[in-house]
Amino acid sequence: MYRVTSARSLAENVFETWIEAPHVSKNAEAGQFLVLRIGEDGERIPLTISGVRGDLVRVIFMAVGTTTKKLAGLKTGDTILDVVGPLGKPSETHHFGSCVLVGGGVGIACLPIIAKALKASGNTVIGIIGARNKDLLILEDEMREVCDELIVTTDDGSYGIKGFAAGPLKEICETRPPNAVWVIGPAIMMKVTSGATKPFGIKTFVSLNPIMVDGTGMCGSCRVVVNGETRFACVDGPEFDAHLVDFDLLMSRQRFYHPEEKESVEHHHHAGGCGCGGRH
Amino acid sequence: MSDRPAETRILDFSEVDSGITAEEAVAEATRCLQCKKPACSSGCPVGIDIKGFIRCIEGEDFRSAIAIIKESNMLPAICGRVCPQEVQCEGECILGVKDKPIAIGALERFLADWERENGIVVPAVAAKRSEKIAIVGSGPAGLTAAAELARNGFSVTLFEALHDAGGVLIYGIPEFRLPKEIVRSEIEEVKRLGVEIKTNHLVGRSLPVDELLSYDAIILATGAGLPAFMGISGEHQIGVYSANEFLTRVNLMHAEAFPQYDTPVKIGGNVVVIGGGNVAMDAARVARRMGAEVTLVYRRRREDMPARRIEVHHAEEEGIRFLTCTNPTKILGEGTVTGVCVVSMNMCELDDSGRPAATPIPGSERIIPADVVIEAIGQSPNPLLIQMIDGLIREKKGNLKVDESGRTTIPKIFAAGDVATGAATVILAMGAAKVAAESVTRMLSEE
Repeated sequence: MYRVTSARSLAENVFETWIEAPHVSKNAEAGQFLVLRIGEDGERIPLTISGVRGDLVRVIFMAVGTTTKKLAGLKTGDTILDVVGPLGKPSETHHFGSCVLVGGGVGIACLPIIAKALKASGNTVIGIIGARNKDLLILEDEMREVCDELIVTTDDGSYGIKGFAAGPLKEICETRPPNAVWVIGPAIMMKVTSGATKPFGIKTFVSLNPIMVDGTGMCGSCRVVVNGETRFACVDGPEFDAHLVDFDLLMSRQRFYHPEEKESVEHHHHAGGCGCGGRH
Repeated sequence: MSDRPAETRILDFSEVDSGITAEEAVAEATRCLQCKKPACSSGCPVGIDIKGFIRCIEGEDFRSAIAIIKESNMLPAICGRVCPQEVQCEGECILGVKDKPIAIGALERFLADWERENGIVVPAVAAKRSEKIAIVGSGPAGLTAAAELARNGFSVTLFEALHDAGGVLIYGIPEFRLPKEIVRSEIEEVKRLGVEIKTNHLVGRSLPVDELLSYDAIILATGAGLPAFMGISGEHQIGVYSANEFLTRVNLMHAEAFPQYDTPVKIGGNVVVIGGGNVAMDAARVARRMGAEVTLVYRRRREDMPARRIEVHHAEEEGIRFLTCTNPTKILGEGTVTGVCVVSMNMCELDDSGRPAATPIPGSERIIPADVVIEAIGQSPNPLLIQMIDGLIREKKGNLKVDESGRTTIPKIFAAGDVATGAATVILAMGAAKVAAESVTRMLSEE
């Protein structure tokens, strides 16, 4: 059993949870993830480790499916049955020179830990974080603290630069090309945004988030195609060269259980598991 | 043995074989000739004194009989169910020449089940020793090595990456062949010998390699968990599974009870399973129990299938359709599976595995409808940890190089089970684990 030590909402439907899991926190590095199962009847889901403090690890997630909704309902002192990690290969955070980290929506959660590791290797780090609107933007202060420079975009222009993160990224590539770029967010955002660095031939990493079961290379659920080869995101990734990833296949496989995910959420809603107290 | 009728057993996940009664066990035991030189024991990979335990059954002394088995085998309820006795102990039984061999597997299972109902006696443990041993992987090899070394007095920690111990016994073999309650009970016994089991620990990640190497001896029992894919077009579509994934979703995560359990699995009306081994049979029979029409496609002949005869027989009884001498060439669909294109195979002369080489017959391509395709074409050792330890040498198929004592190319690291042999059986893994455990004991006693 792993104890939740703090839980709060960061934006509408976006939550931050700190979990006591020393076997994970002790060895966690930037870019790695954990797999958790909340209770006996729960599924196993992967979540990026977005922070480490002593025995604690942080996850930040959007409550969209059954498990993330259950997780969002946990309060300080509640427990999670299983947490395994750290899983996956760490980010390559050696000395590049200058790096740009781009985060979209809840994907911003993955960036501070990578930024810190890159800074520790002596890199200059520029952050670009984007959200649909001002209210959905997360971790601005934290990113400002760990980056040498931070650019904020919102789709509707309610805060920072109006438009997508690809805009300022392209401009940086043109005016002061970085040596490495990370783009992390929803699959479609990673596909579009990483396209901006391709004409410049700049090394660009994306962190893929396919469906997983065990997270240890045993089932092949998370298989992705990179450079024409089948790879398992859980052990060969989760970070891959953005310009070699088959994003359309990734997006198709992410929809594998769409009907079942809806059914599961409905099931728990009627069973009262959503915690809405019948308000919806 | 008494199998439940196929038409009712496909409606649930309860055990197919309901076992034998005490009277039946005694009657069977009285058939034993008590050979002077029993061939049965030489056919047992863990060397159980079979003649000895059968004599105790005959005298209705079940307590002594199970104690004899547990001298050599701490997982009798599991072995009694899943061992291929027909090619081991029972295959060697002299009675089998003219009549049926003694049903040794059924007797072993009876004793283990009897003990579980009548109170388990945990075997004695030797005086505590100071050496610490790490075992990686809690499948049949890991559990056996852990039990042996704990009985020898060592302090044993067993690391498991999943949330439940048991490895393939939990995620791979379905409930109707091996009830999970029985696996858990035998694992409890291993714990009662003093073994500490740490679940949710992926060695190499949760426990870094340098910490692993700080143990006095290490046994790698990480199995053959990496699924192979055919590499044909269309196999990344929605509806295509490795058998490992399909079985894990059901056996470990209870997807058959979705949405009461949160993990889903696709079934649809038509399921095509590719392969002819025990894993293929397990996947086919699970899909059948979830209501699908199941077709099993195998490229060679039925008699070439590596699965146990009894599993093939059970699958057929349960209405699995067999398409032998048939090979898939591509999986059809536009994002979601709709069918499988297959080709008939011609059986040519024997290849180096002693089986006929299969070659496609031109013009025999046809399409079979499918909503779900499950590939059960084999597994190889998961390279994750092996690649992290400098100095380990792997053979061509990815399995670890070990000597006859189970020692790898690093003196204090031993390996047992599928990680050393490639995918094989539960009992062969256990036999190898006993050898490795004996080698560790010898090594640490000589120092």
